[in-house]
Parts: sequence; structure tokens; C-alpha cells
Amino acid sequence: MKITSHEARERISHRDTILETTVRLMIPFIQLYGLYVIVHGHYSPGGGFQGGVVLGASLIMFALAFGLTASKNYMTESLNIIIANAGALIFTGIAALCALLGGMFLDYSVLANILPIDPISWRSHGIFLVEVGVGMGVMTIMISIYWDMASAGRLDEGL
Amino acid sequence: MIWQLDLFLLMLVVICALATITVKDLLSATIIFSAYSFLMCLLWAEMGAVDVAFTEATVGAGVSTIFFIAAIFRTTRRSKD
Repeated sequence: MKITSHEARERISHRDTILETTVRLMIPFIQLYGLYVIVHGHYSPGGGFQGGVVLGASLIMFALAFGLTASKNYMTESLNIIIANAGALIFTGIAALCALLGGMFLDYSVLANILPIDPISWRSHGIFLVEVGVGMGVMTIMISIYWDMASAGRLDEGL
Repeated sequence: MIWQLDLFLLMLVVICALATITVKDLLSATIIFSAYSFLMCLLWAEMGAVDVAFTEATVGAGVSTIFFIAAIFRTTRRSKD
């Protein structure tokens, strides 16, 4: 059952109140949970990748309920690309900064030369900074994979 | 680790895996595969690998199911072989 673009457009016009209200209520909690998973990644199970997937899944859910074009009003394509590249830049930037400061690649303890905190606690905070980058990258790439797969690369209308 | 619970979950995992490759309807196969991922997540959590279980729950049961469904919408729903 291959859907044509006309059928997809018709499906978007049939809006479901129960579905939209449920998604509207659930998305803030899902996003808060994703942020919690990223922030607590170095204390508890979870981390940048899992939290990023949860954040991406919340926007995928929005795109499923309200349509792909409506989701692009909140997360525009250019913003998506900017966040994805910023995430990759944060990860590699911090890793390369550690190497430039005389340590190994991703050896956070040498970051104590910039901000004078205890090198042992820098190891914990450095993981947090890297995980923020990973979360940003994973979130945006999950959304753009969904956009591309749902609309066959045209980014006009989704499922 | 409780070996009875392990055995029960592993049996369900094998049943779900066999059902996924047997079923002709690709949409049903996707949903059974999602159940397989969730059972694997329970198995990981039961064996103490909570981080892996978390990844399996978010990626395996959550996002990859949506990706599979999005791919099925672009092809035919029935398997040809």
C-alpha cells in the first residue's frame, strides 16, 4: 500500500483531537526526562546517546501526530543542521582542547589549566560537557532520519 | 540473576524472533520485532546491564519501530517471498 502525496495530504487534514491532546500533554514530560537522562549521565545509567534519542523521539512523536510540516515550524531544517554540527563540534572541540593542552585525547583532567577546579572533578564534569554534545548530535540526526524516511527525502509531508 | 526468569524471557525472545521472520505481513513483523526488543531490554535489565537495557528500550523498541514503519509505507506491506 504505497501512499501517494495526495492521500498523505488528505490524511493530514483529518486531525484527531484525542491524539493531539495526548501528544501535547506528553511531550514536555518526555523532553524533561531526556534532559534528566543527559544531565545525570555520569551518575546513573543513561547518558548523551540515550537522552538524545529520547529528545529526538519526542519531536518524532510530534511529527507523527501533527504532520511533518508542522514539526518543521518548531524545529526548522537550518536549526536542525546547526544543532547537529554544534554537537559534533562540542565533542571534538573538547577532545581536541584536551590534546592541545598537553594531555591525551579526551583526557579531561588537563582542563584544570583553563578553569582551576580539582583535576579529579574535571574528569566528571568533562564527561558531562561531552555528553551534551553527543545528545545534541543524536537528537537532531534522529529527527532528520525520520524526516527523510517518512517523506522519501522531499521533506514535504510525512506519514 | 534468577535463572527461571532468565529462561522464561529467553523463551519469549526466541518465540518473538521466530515469529518476526515467519510472518508475511511486514507491519505485523515490525510490531513483533518491537516486542522482541522490549523483551531483550527486560533481559538486559535483569542481568544487570541497565545502560544497555536503556539503549535497547529507546532505540530498539522506540525509534527503530517508527523507522521500520516509515520504510514500510514506502514499499509494499506484504512480503513477496
